[in-house]
Amino acid sequence: MIGFIVKRFINYAILSAIATLSAYLLASTILNPAGRYLGRNPRPSDETINSILTGLGVNPHTPVIERLWTWVVNLVTHGSLGDTIHNTTVVSEMTARAGTSLRLLILGTIIAAIVGVAIGVWGAVRQYKFSDQAISYASFTILATPSFVLGILLMILATLLNNVLGVQLINFTGEYTAGLDGGWWVQFWDRAAHLLLPTISLALMGAAGYSRYQRSAMLDVLSADYIRTARSKGRTRGSALVRHGVRVALIPMSTYFAYSFATVLAGAAVTELVFSWHGMGEMLVNAITQSDINAFTGAVLFNAVLILIAGTLSDVVYAALDPRVRV
Amino acid sequence: MNSQSNHLLEVRDLSVTFPQPGGSVTAVRGVNYHVDKGEFLGIVGESGSGKSVSSLAVMGLLPSSAQISGDILFEGRSLLGRSDRELSKLRGEGISIIFQDPLSALTPVYTIGAQIAEALQLHDRALSKLAANARAVELLKIVGIPNPERRAQSFPHEFSGGMRQRAMIAIAIANNPRLIIADEPTTALDVTIQAQILEVLQKAKDLTGAAVVLITHDLGVVAGNADRIAVMYAGRIVETGTVDQVFHAPTMPYTIGLLRSMPNLATAGHTRLVPLEGRPPQLSNLAPGCPFAPRCPVAIDACRTTEPPLTSIDGNPLNASACLRVEEISGGALNRAALYPVPAPIALEERAEVAPKTVLAVDQLVRHFPLTKGSVFKHSIGKVRAVDGVSFDIKSGQTLGLVGESGCGKSTTIMEILELAKPQSGQVTVNGRDVSTMSAKERRTLRQDIQVVFQDPMASLDPRLPIQDIIAEPLTVHAVPARERSRRVRDVMELVGLDPSMASRYPHEFSGGQRQRIGIARALVTDPKIVVLDEPVSALDVSIQAGVINLLEDLQEKLGLSYLFVAHDLAVVRQIADNVAVMYLGRIVESGPSSEIFDHPQHPYTRALLSAVPVPDPTLERSRQRIILQGELPSPTEDIAGCNFRTRCPLYQLMDQDGQEQCRTLDPARRQVQGSSVACHHSEHIDLMTLATSQP
Amino acid sequence: MSMLDEIPVADPAAGNPEVIQSPKPVSRFRLVLSRLRSTPRFWVGIIGLGTIVLWAIFGLAPNAWNASDLDTFNMGSSPTALHWFGTSDIGEDIYAQTIVGLRKSLIIGLLVGPLAAIIAGVVGAVAGYVGGWWDKAIVWVIDLLLVLPSLFLFILLSPIFKSLSWVALIFLLAGFGWMIMARVIRAQTKSLRERDFIKAARFMGVDTWTIIRRHVLPNVSSLLIIDATLGVGGAILSETTLSFFGFGIQAPDVSLGTLLASGQSAAATRPWLFVFPAAILVFTVLSASLVGDALRDAVDPTSGVNRE
Repeated sequence: MIGFIVKRFINYAILSAIATLSAYLLASTILNPAGRYLGRNPRPSDETINSILTGLGVNPHTPVIERLWTWVVNLVTHGSLGDTIHNTTVVSEMTARAGTSLRLLILGTIIAAIVGVAIGVWGAVRQYKFSDQAISYASFTILATPSFVLGILLMILATLLNNVLGVQLINFTGEYTAGLDGGWWVQFWDRAAHLLLPTISLALMGAAGYSRYQRSAMLDVLSADYIRTARSKGRTRGSALVRHGVRVALIPMSTYFAYSFATVLAGAAVTELVFSWHGMGEMLVNAITQSDINAFTGAVLFNAVLILIAGTLSDVVYAALDPRVRV
Repeated sequence: MNSQSNHLLEVRDLSVTFPQPGGSVTAVRGVNYHVDKGEFLGIVGESGSGKSVSSLAVMGLLPSSAQISGDILFEGRSLLGRSDRELSKLRGEGISIIFQDPLSALTPVYTIGAQIAEALQLHDRALSKLAANARAVELLKIVGIPNPERRAQSFPHEFSGGMRQRAMIAIAIANNPRLIIADEPTTALDVTIQAQILEVLQKAKDLTGAAVVLITHDLGVVAGNADRIAVMYAGRIVETGTVDQVFHAPTMPYTIGLLRSMPNLATAGHTRLVPLEGRPPQLSNLAPGCPFAPRCPVAIDACRTTEPPLTSIDGNPLNASACLRVEEISGGALNRAALYPVPAPIALEERAEVAPKTVLAVDQLVRHFPLTKGSVFKHSIGKVRAVDGVSFDIKSGQTLGLVGESGCGKSTTIMEILELAKPQSGQVTVNGRDVSTMSAKERRTLRQDIQVVFQDPMASLDPRLPIQDIIAEPLTVHAVPARERSRRVRDVMELVGLDPSMASRYPHEFSGGQRQRIGIARALVTDPKIVVLDEPVSALDVSIQAGVINLLEDLQEKLGLSYLFVAHDLAVVRQIADNVAVMYLGRIVESGPSSEIFDHPQHPYTRALLSAVPVPDPTLERSRQRIILQGELPSPTEDIAGCNFRTRCPLYQLMDQDGQEQCRTLDPARRQVQGSSVACHHSEHIDLMTLATSQP
Repeated sequence: MSMLDEIPVADPAAGNPEVIQSPKPVSRFRLVLSRLRSTPRFWVGIIGLGTIVLWAIFGLAPNAWNASDLDTFNMGSSPTALHWFGTSDIGEDIYAQTIVGLRKSLIIGLLVGPLAAIIAGVVGAVAGYVGGWWDKAIVWVIDLLLVLPSLFLFILLSPIFKSLSWVALIFLLAGFGWMIMARVIRAQTKSLRERDFIKAARFMGVDTWTIIRRHVLPNVSSLLIIDATLGVGGAILSETTLSFFGFGIQAPDVSLGTLLASGQSAAATRPWLFVFPAAILVFTVLSASLVGDALRDAVDPTSGVNRE
């Protein structure tokens, strides 16, 4: 079992590394960091631009392989990811933002997984009954809604609610209210209130996907012979499904979790942008628009590490659930 | 209706209908039967006859969409209309069931012990976990699982098929039920394992005193075990009686045909089989009248209008038959033996002249697969000796039957031959040419001469192509012009008994037997010399088998073909093969002419294999001595010094010290003993086995 | 992520022999069609999709305004008889704009879905059938593209595509939309490869490309059709998301995404600027995915584990 996990971890680690390196190469060939300075007024001299770019390690006159090498050497020897175009280090930028993103991601994913699995099981057991149909149509609708639309619709609803109540019950712009005074309790509630809508948005998207998947995994299990065996031993249908069915149907879910995680990351980035959160998603998109190669690679690395963790985690769960891979 | 019943289980006028988009299907149509305490009832029928559906109805395990009518009484109380909760109290405690496929029937994520303990605790809330586990180990011991304490901790995937089925039996008898339903319990298993499981089932029956309902398609299995039999056809019971009544004096033409169409290990090979033409009706749109009438050789007009009820014969309530002409048959006015026309052998002038020469020779063929371990760094920890020095040859116009249980390497052997590539070691010679020395072009030309027919006719035909394209496919490789192709396709379709006007249809429009004919047609379209037949009839229903076997025999005589016939069914092999080679763990342990192998087997494995095959004749079954091999087929990765059969060999047990020493250290070479070539040191003492088993 | 391969791929030929004995030899196509007909979801989806397409084609005819017209007397008006969906700040008719945007989004979706399915079919079949190094290389590329969220790649590549016409976006979306399906096709091909009819063809000496063309692709075609259908919705979602953030369709072209972007700022105060186009978008994608899902259920009632 340990061998299996180690193998999968190495596989993910190599994938993440290659993904990061190719992101660096792609960004270096596509983005034009000089463009940002050319448009300035007064336009800095070519030498100035050149020296700024060289300082950042993104000078297009240096061969791209050499730049990549320097970047890797810096990462390995100093743990440095280079500087952003705003003269901060990428690492400090990331530490400032990572917490914001992680808070959203972890909460959203956990809620999504629990809710998704629960209603997936419920839908499968009540297949074709009204509740199953209602859940199905609801999840299809959510899956058909782009995450930015979902976010904005939630904001519209919150505004309506606030207007009806006459108080600012739900806050949704930014991560916290700027300049709010009070103890940490007040701060905590403020942040929790801000967290509400983005988390709902992300959790809804995730839960819709998971519930569809869990439902079909459950349906596969419903007709399985071992359910019939469990019933022949003297279990009722419901108890056989819960004791034997759900346990087996969770196995494919653990792999689905790993490969749906990239989609969740993209959804989280969009959610951050919509709710004006200064998280890693915003950093990534801003980096591209501002042609900031170092910041972009840093953000991709962050995502790659998250995928590495999610993938390994799902393998651990997989191995724990399925005795057939424990060798 | 009086709902009192003196029987343990009584099924009254049971009908089961499944609503489906294309119209509802009535799988069971008015079935009546009963089982008394401690009785052994066999229910026999082909696939789709409704035998499993009726037993699931008894258990209350049919899907909720099924519409059930009639009545099911267990110990005098009606089971229909009771809630799932009420029925669940009875399931496992009063009635338990053993399913066909033991791999999918056990939950993969729980240990075997836990699954047995679960059955115990469900019906005895007071039972502690510890006590349940202890009892589970005890049950595993009863069903003959070695090391039960350790094996209780194993997961289902760590068990072999036979052991899983033993575990299923352990679950079934856990609460001492009064009735055990066994639904095709041995169908997925090899014949020696089948013999073991049937023995365990008998033991379980004796131990618990339960009645058993054994559902099977194999008449041989019920012949030796059941007290009474019910034969099902198209959702109804068409004949019922004691084993002797049904086997020796069948009165329903279907039963008669079924018995005559089965190759019988005791008698096969002397005459052509008598095929039961046609196929079972589709249950969704049954024509009025007897559902067997379209296939019945003695059907009269009345058969096509009224469905005959099950009427008792000579006033015996336990012996009944659903045939309008039952009295003529039981009275002898219609001769059972002459009911079905016996196919004539191929006339002499139509037979192909064959010069006796060797067309396929395999010499010391070896195929080992490396076995790797380690998830990060793979390293070899051994090898699977799938094929470990196999030699045989086939002469033109002859059939070699290659037999053995699953995992013995027979499939790998034929795949190695069909690749026409250089083997790992050894030599394959086709038409006198060593295949390893050929160029790619020569190899492609040679492929015309050696063709293959696969086991499952559905899987071997591309469902997306019309059958003319399927049959013509081998010709496209050899650049045969289109006009010539379609002529050849028509010819070969006629040859195998298919109407050429059906050439543009798709495989799913044909029945199983017809599909296998399409597979045979495809193999014959290039005019080959050798046809490799990989279990060609084992996926077919018994009544369909005979027609295909006869066709193969006819074709061989007409075209002078040579067959390499791979099968696990020894009766079928005896029917068709001239020579037989018996494989065990990648080796041929005995080979020789068919009559020698079947009548005077010289290797203990051959003898055990033959004795394990059930014969559809209750009188013969009762008098047969069965040699039950101990244990399972060892894994081919194990390196067994000396003779690789000695771990299970009954003869080895009977040898003296010196003899056993020889088996342990010396790998027996094949040598000529009487008519066959045998790889055993002690064939001369083979009769010791007979003496040992005949002692009480 | 090669564990995806271990997700069981249902064998369409397998069925419960005892219960589901098909009444008469119906062709697979007819069977699928009859199952489809009895699925309400299919009807909801196909009618919805048909309505949307017809509306996109003919919807402008009864409207008095064109997408480029500016009604300077009614700037920022709410929905009225004159402007059914209201107008924007500079007097653009939202109804007309929605239809023009819908057309673009639909064209992109309807082209990208099938295109991605074709790529998935070819790549998956080659990887699954040929095996060996081809397989390893393809799986690595697929895994890599799954680790890097494709949204980020789209955004990264957008500077290149911005300078080209919107048609380039079709190829971009198709180029990154085939991976998950290719994995499924690959797994399916691997199991097909062990099926006897393909073995039979191999033993006859039929060459690899002919086997892929004649046997493999037709036998995975139902999966590809499903994928193409589900891909339509997915592509529209990707396109609108990109356009919303300014990385996709560029002015003066209009798509549902750009329309939503311009309506966003006023979403809370004048919801019609946002809600109407958003509802149309959701309805379109929902219809396409309902059709795709119903198709999948009809082709293989036990499926659904392979893709979501």
